[in-house]
Amino acid sequence: MTAVDSPEKILFTSTTQAFLQKESPLRRVRELHAAGESFDPSWWRRAADLGWTGLLVPEDLGGGSVSGDGLGDLASVAEQLGTTVAPGPLYPVSVVLAALAGCADPHPHTAMIDALIAGETVASWAVCEPGRGWEPTDPSVTATAIDAGYRIDGTKDRVEAGAQSGVLLVVARCGSEVRQFLVPTDAAGVRIEPQRSVDLVKQFARVEFDGVIVAPSAAVGSAAETAALIDRQARIAQILQCCEVVGILQTVFDFTVQWALDRHSFGRPLASYQALKHRFADMKMWLEACRATTAAAVAELAVDSPTAGVAVSVAKSYVGEMAGAIVQDCVQMHGGIGVTWEHDLHLYLRRVTLYRSIFGTPEDHNLFVYEAEKAGRSAI
Amino acid sequence: MTESVEQFAARARAWLADNMPVIDPESPPPAPRDDDKAWTRARELQKRLYEGGFAGICFPREYGGLGLDYAYQKAFDAETRTYEMPLILNTPSFTICCATLLDTASEDVKKRHISAALRGEEVLVQLLSEPGGGSDLAGVITRAERRGDRWVIDGAKTWSTSAFAADYGLCLARTNWDVPKHEGLTMFLVPIAHPGITLRRITMLSGSTEFCEEFLDGVDVGDDAVVGDVNDGWTVASRQLYHERRAVAQGSEFASGSGNEGGTSIPIDYVRLVERAGQGDNERLREMAGRALVHRAVTEQLVGHVTRAVNSGTLPPTGGSLIRVFHSETATLELDTILAITAAAGVVGDEGEGLESGLRYLSRQNVAIGGGTVEVARNVIGERVLGFPREYAADRGVPFNQVRREKAR
Repeated sequence: MTAVDSPEKILFTSTTQAFLQKESPLRRVRELHAAGESFDPSWWRRAADLGWTGLLVPEDLGGGSVSGDGLGDLASVAEQLGTTVAPGPLYPVSVVLAALAGCADPHPHTAMIDALIAGETVASWAVCEPGRGWEPTDPSVTATAIDAGYRIDGTKDRVEAGAQSGVLLVVARCGSEVRQFLVPTDAAGVRIEPQRSVDLVKQFARVEFDGVIVAPSAAVGSAAETAALIDRQARIAQILQCCEVVGILQTVFDFTVQWALDRHSFGRPLASYQALKHRFADMKMWLEACRATTAAAVAELAVDSPTAGVAVSVAKSYVGEMAGAIVQDCVQMHGGIGVTWEHDLHLYLRRVTLYRSIFGTPEDHNLFVYEAEKAGRSAI
Repeated sequence: MTESVEQFAARARAWLADNMPVIDPESPPPAPRDDDKAWTRARELQKRLYEGGFAGICFPREYGGLGLDYAYQKAFDAETRTYEMPLILNTPSFTICCATLLDTASEDVKKRHISAALRGEEVLVQLLSEPGGGSDLAGVITRAERRGDRWVIDGAKTWSTSAFAADYGLCLARTNWDVPKHEGLTMFLVPIAHPGITLRRITMLSGSTEFCEEFLDGVDVGDDAVVGDVNDGWTVASRQLYHERRAVAQGSEFASGSGNEGGTSIPIDYVRLVERAGQGDNERLREMAGRALVHRAVTEQLVGHVTRAVNSGTLPPTGGSLIRVFHSETATLELDTILAITAAAGVVGDEGEGLESGLRYLSRQNVAIGGGTVEVARNVIGERVLGFPREYAADRGVPFNQVRREKAR
């Protein structure tokens, strides 16, 4: 999203674009859904080969990015995924890698980092719990210290790609502290139950942990750094959603503009009616605003600015609020064809609807922004 | 050897400390635009800036400025944050009127008026809208007729911001009625004190008297008052609209100082409003206030994004209309939100205890109307940003004297 990109960045972007056009057209999304699948693991390994998975990982741990701005590069991949609402576990894997590579001592996790970067293993963040809102640092799942390590008990849900993951990063209460643990999904006592979602290919799962024993090395980060790690993981998850939504909105808006120019009624193009023109003007304005706030938050998060959290909440709230408004308006501009299974609009509508409510609703983030404003005032 | 931006800023810092009054940027002294004293004060401060060598940083040297890049102005703006600045002179005088003169006026006019404005001796305004309509600017019916070697202007103008405090106005008048509307216009720079001009202040529902209307009755001016070419006034007016969009988007290099003008231009303090209303525990109101803060933050981000996109060519210059409509939408949301937060105290009681919120709400539509309505801006976005077909216009290509107009009242 910068004004001038380096040749390496342009090559990375165009390679990603070509890969997605060839391997993940909308037709492929429909095929996966018809087969009841979320994504093809060999496809994911090829995506990993393009460098998508290493972007948040430092070079000495096997990652890296061509531009030196890994989050910025990941943001541009996410925006391109939106063009075809592509499948795949990029965000869950990225969030787990952010924790593994971002904690003070990543060395116990180097083998897992390698496997995740290579696309051989898929991981996901088990943070939400049944019947609860967005409260990432207030888990009811417990981790009890025992001689062999820790025993995990409780239930998580809305775990993206839970049934496709080899390992989960589980947020748990450990005495008076909150910690995160890597739990293999084939460990004894782990039960995974798929959940339905509004999306065609993004699959989620409820995961029960019934006396699951993990080694001491399963803990990710110290107790002291866990809150900051969880915050950063959440911010990354939230902003990547926003980036993908921007890609979705641009795609949907563009083909709806074309529709308005092509489609005629009463002998004139839809685009010539002032009532519709004004609605398109609003949509264009909201779309550019979504782009602006997302880019601003990516830039702040990339350099860990002190106001990055607020910037991400602003973007997540605004994009969450407006994306549904824009896509539903585009459905309305299409008329009857817009509400059919045949038309692709619903593929995009499903994804933006999903994202509105995952990792905090606009309402949650509005409250956060208010509290941050209040805290900032008392700091003066 | 040219001075670097840093050296310039350091010199400005020292000079400001010695010469300009210190203020609290969180609550700047009010400078109500309908108050004569505010204008006298602004002229005085401008004079100090000029004498100190810090006026018109981006205006060329031959017209009294410093001829420096925008980077110097921005650095200067950052230094002035804690000083009282003549902010009310920025728009329209510097950012629209002087900027347009720079683009379109003769050497003599530029030498005389731009430098006088920079010295704090002249204030310039726009005389564009008319009682018969504002959005259809090219449809003005104020006439200028050639009599001997003079031009004689008759008609009426309205919604001229702060004209009572101004010395000259850029007045759009019709000089040829036999051609389509855009082709028969000429821009004149007329002295507001001309005996043929009767100025009346418009009282807004808020009680503010910032706006004026002017009746022009036999206002005679010479050829030296013509800005641009005769019958090419639309070109000049278009530059004004262009500069106005940039000024509104806070993207004009001709504005000096970065603070707000005080009064209702101070950003709303939601936390204070919520706490004062005794609603600190009310999650619903806190969420609403948070949403207003979100939309306000996005407004600023959109301004930067659109400005960059217009500069790089990804959006056409008319992309500024996106900012115009967004500003209005956000202001609407903010005023609706403060009305909800203040509840009954917003409508009964004293100013300072909530009533100011209700009073501000009453003027909510000002921002959706002033400077061209949001409806016209949405047409501009639809037709000139998205490239949709133009609205049917009954006056397109028709000689103006054959265009139907409303009957004179």
